Amino acid sequence: MDIAPLQQISEDQWRLPPTGKMRVPVVFYADRALLEGMDDKAGGQAVNVATLPGIVKASYVMPDGHWGYGFPIGGVAAFDAEEGGVVSAGGVGFDISCGVRCLLTGLRASDVEPVKQQLADALFARIPAGLGSTGQIHLNDAELTAMLSGGARWAVDRGWGSQEDLDRIEEHGAMHGAEPQHVSQKARHRQRDEMGTLGSGNHYLEVQRVAEIFDPHVAYQLSIAGGEVVVSIHCGSRGLGHQIGTEYLREMAIAAAKHGIELPDRELACAPLRSEVGRRYLGAMRAGINCALANRQILTHLTREVFSDVLPQAKLPLLYDVSHNTCKEEEHVVDGVQRRLFIHRKGATRAFGPGHPELPEQLRDIGQPVLIGGSMGTESWVLVGTAEGMTLSFGSACHGAGRRMSRHRAKKQWRGSKLIENLAHRGIIVRSVSMRGVAEEAPGAYKDVRAVVDSADRAGLARKVARLEPMVCIKG
Amino acid sequence: MPSWEHFPHEADIGVRGRGDTVDIAFEQAALGLTAVVTDPDLVRNHEQVAITCEAPSLDVLLVDWLNALIYEMTTRSMLFGRFQVNIDGLRLSAKAEGQGVDRKRHEPVVEPKGATFTELRVSHDDEGQWMAQCVVDV
Repeated sequence: MDIAPLQQISEDQWRLPPTGKMRVPVVFYADRALLEGMDDKAGGQAVNVATLPGIVKASYVMPDGHWGYGFPIGGVAAFDAEEGGVVSAGGVGFDISCGVRCLLTGLRASDVEPVKQQLADALFARIPAGLGSTGQIHLNDAELTAMLSGGARWAVDRGWGSQEDLDRIEEHGAMHGAEPQHVSQKARHRQRDEMGTLGSGNHYLEVQRVAEIFDPHVAYQLSIAGGEVVVSIHCGSRGLGHQIGTEYLREMAIAAAKHGIELPDRELACAPLRSEVGRRYLGAMRAGINCALANRQILTHLTREVFSDVLPQAKLPLLYDVSHNTCKEEEHVVDGVQRRLFIHRKGATRAFGPGHPELPEQLRDIGQPVLIGGSMGTESWVLVGTAEGMTLSFGSACHGAGRRMSRHRAKKQWRGSKLIENLAHRGIIVRSVSMRGVAEEAPGAYKDVRAVVDSADRAGLARKVARLEPMVCIKG
Repeated sequence: MPSWEHFPHEADIGVRGRGDTVDIAFEQAALGLTAVVTDPDLVRNHEQVAITCEAPSLDVLLVDWLNALIYEMTTRSMLFGRFQVNIDGLRLSAKAEGQGVDRKRHEPVVEPKGATFTELRVSHDDEGQWMAQCVVDV
């Protein structure tokens, strides 16, 4: 990206002052190298977001920002309903509440190494992944409605987890304000056989080793110990979320003119928060969040079943569950004034700082865990939210490495079987139904996740706690 | 000549169909969608699904058409290898032929989530060649 028009505020903060139809500036959090590596189109999308009605303070781009749909991926924007603010189906995206959860095992890596192949095979057999896989749970319409209202709480009530799990999930496992009646029959149909499935693309389940601790005090409080094993799951709201996104995006794109909204890009499809379609979307999108929370809860249950067969001494408590494609109504202080705002995070993780009332008591002193997924051959990270992040980015941080190369190029550059062989030499077992899928997700197709995390840490968005390295990767 | 191709998007993948008519361009874009998942030549075309859609403009009709196919692919767990599209004004009626997903045969790469308005264009050049394209979120 051309950084000439940007004002450098600090090593990792840059500002593009408002011009033309921009109502607010764009603020980029990234170091010079990351910023120069960003696609111009990602910057253009952040500028487009800055033109939307009711936007507050700035259109933000996280260090993993890249070209998305309407919003850049890694985009954060807050809107005020009182000022004509909007909710954007494009700003949430197709995979509503896609996110990451991390389970502790209490096992040493040396406990897992001898049974790693067996564990990989058992997980691959048990966790439905990719197109053509269906879950073992089939929901009728009444159960779907209950799931859309109850989220992970619904799953726990059916025996797929414990009360303790719910305390470690955003919204305590159930998103308030879900309105399942605004979820279409088509969206419901897409989900009937998809509960407890991983999906595909960049979704995965990984067994990981805690390779490095950066903040021993916080790590201790989170029960993260160097050399121990954790399990991370990356997936979202499956077909139901995709269908909600598809339908509301179309409706909002067509209705924008009626609402007096000039869309610089139709994919930015949005509607006033106070409009009928805006309210309907919020209700449906929140139901989509519950679907994702329930889905990750069921996948957790399946993972626990596999571990109880292969490594029965492990208990797998939940460290935390984050969502990175959402719009949530939150209280924030803006220029000394408490305001109720709708925060869009598109490929960005909520990162509330210490003391935030939304956090469960056990985490309140340290801030919200921020789980950053890497690519399959590299590393993932645990960070925690900071007090300053609350003012820097409405309590938001990055969500992953971010792609640097298209799938199109990646599949030409790498062969899946060769990648799997190379990773196996490094002790990483990959299981996938598709070799081309592995090639498209090649580690080299992603940015350096360490540079992204270092930048988020230096900028003050979140603080590094631990680095995780993969041992087993089940690719969606 | 009817043809399809993929074009790059940083996070996902673009599909583009070309042909002498808008109908053919839509058919070819649909083949491009299948090719996001698997090699279309691997799909046996022995089951048929009828699809209809209607939109306020031709480009939105392309998004609707591809999204209708994604819906049929995921709810029927099918892949499609042959299409017959008929567009009358802003109404589309089509036949999609294919088979159930065979994970060994097709080795499905990814599951398309939705066709988007990103890079969305339906147009024809001076020689009457039609082109229909958009980015698909996977």
